[in-house]
Amino acid sequence: MADSVGKVVIPGDILSEFRASEKTSKVALGPGLRQEGEEVLVTKGGILRHKEPNLYWIDCHQRRYIPAKGEDVIGIVTVKSGDVYRVDIGATQPATLSYLAFEGATKRNRPNVKVGDLVFAKLLVANKDMEPELVCIDSGGHSSGYGVIPADGGFMVHTSLNLVRKILSPNCDILKFLGKNVPFETAVGMNGRIWVKAKTPKDTIVVANAIASSEHMTNAQIRTMIRQLLDKLSGF
Amino acid sequence: MQRYYSVGSNMAATDETSALLRSFECEQNLLSRPDGSANVRQGDTSVLAAVYGPGEVKMSEEIIDKATLKVIFKPKIGLPGCAEKLQERLLRNTCESVVLAVLHPRSGVNIVLQVIQDSGSLLSCCINAACMALVDSAVPMKCLVSAVTCAVMEEGRIVLDPDSKQEKESSAVLTFAFDSRENNVVTCSTKGCYTPEKYQECLSACGAASRNISSFFRQAVERRMSKEL
Repeated sequence: MADSVGKVVIPGDILSEFRASEKTSKVALGPGLRQEGEEVLVTKGGILRHKEPNLYWIDCHQRRYIPAKGEDVIGIVTVKSGDVYRVDIGATQPATLSYLAFEGATKRNRPNVKVGDLVFAKLLVANKDMEPELVCIDSGGHSSGYGVIPADGGFMVHTSLNLVRKILSPNCDILKFLGKNVPFETAVGMNGRIWVKAKTPKDTIVVANAIASSEHMTNAQIRTMIRQLLDKLSGF
Repeated sequence: MQRYYSVGSNMAATDETSALLRSFECEQNLLSRPDGSANVRQGDTSVLAAVYGPGEVKMSEEIIDKATLKVIFKPKIGLPGCAEKLQERLLRNTCESVVLAVLHPRSGVNIVLQVIQDSGSLLSCCINAACMALVDSAVPMKCLVSAVTCAVMEEGRIVLDPDSKQEKESSAVLTFAFDSRENNVVTCSTKGCYTPEKYQECLSACGAASRNISSFFRQAVERRMSKEL
């Protein structure tokens, strides 16, 4: 097992010799791994990853989003029905978002959400047998960054789920390096949607393009690419 | 006839002289809209497969405890008829046996297969393309499935992965699909007359060849992921 970590596995591979945590002597299997009787099987083609002490999962290039509890997503409001909004988050079913799940919202004081708006929200319920449910507040009732994304000049790009995980990982410095040169706002949803807004539409396009094209690049390549884009932007 | 089994760039002939496959190529993730796509070429036969899912499904097709699999087979010319519907059904049953549909209840997985060129062994090429597209889309699967077609010639010789000329001259054409874990038969489709002994002979020849295809699939996935290693 220790030798398969970091290597490519395909569906049907049988894995063994997991390292369990010392305290609980349990192994945590993440996405792409499945226990069948005594065996642990791979269900997705990708790279086997391991995190100390006992977490294993498969890193794969997926485009379809499978909701997971607690993840931040960007959704598009499609329908207003009764006391909930239906929000498309790119999963199999549209998610529901209660109008009470906004900061300061009461029965009388409804939030101003229109069909077509983008919302940055957190998944409260994500279960294969149930409709996903979103909230735009934290447990203390504060917005803490969630809510309707104002529709004044931002742009949303669709990317693969792998790219989202990559730019959110602490090892990847694309957002930091871009931000040093072009100030911008961003919201990154785990469902493969990234919203960016810079001072001018031109800057917004540059930032969106830089992020969208960085999927298969290393940090050094990303820096070179961004430098080239900035040179173009300043007219060289 | 000299035939080679191609693994990307390096060509390697299989051990038996009559049991050789045409050059085998696979390209993944070549379409931007679907969740997964693959183009598999076996010699001149080429099939493009696209997978959408797990996504929404029509109310009438919804299954309460598992995902609904749907295969759409698009012939090179003309509209799909009865033969194509049969093909779709065969492909759907093959895919259903390897896809873990229970993990996505009340959802739908659509597989679209577009024939680009038919030069024999079309069914096996379709199964292989569908399998690679499913792997690319990361739909959970029990294992992979690899298919091999063989033709029994008039004089009794068995030709693996026949082209359309050989298929026409043969007395029977047999297609087998095997799972990648235990190499068990998943699907069997035959056309023409053959003896039980010939059937067994074909089965073992195809079984041996399917192992090569399974290992090729592994290399194809490794190549696709090589940037991230």
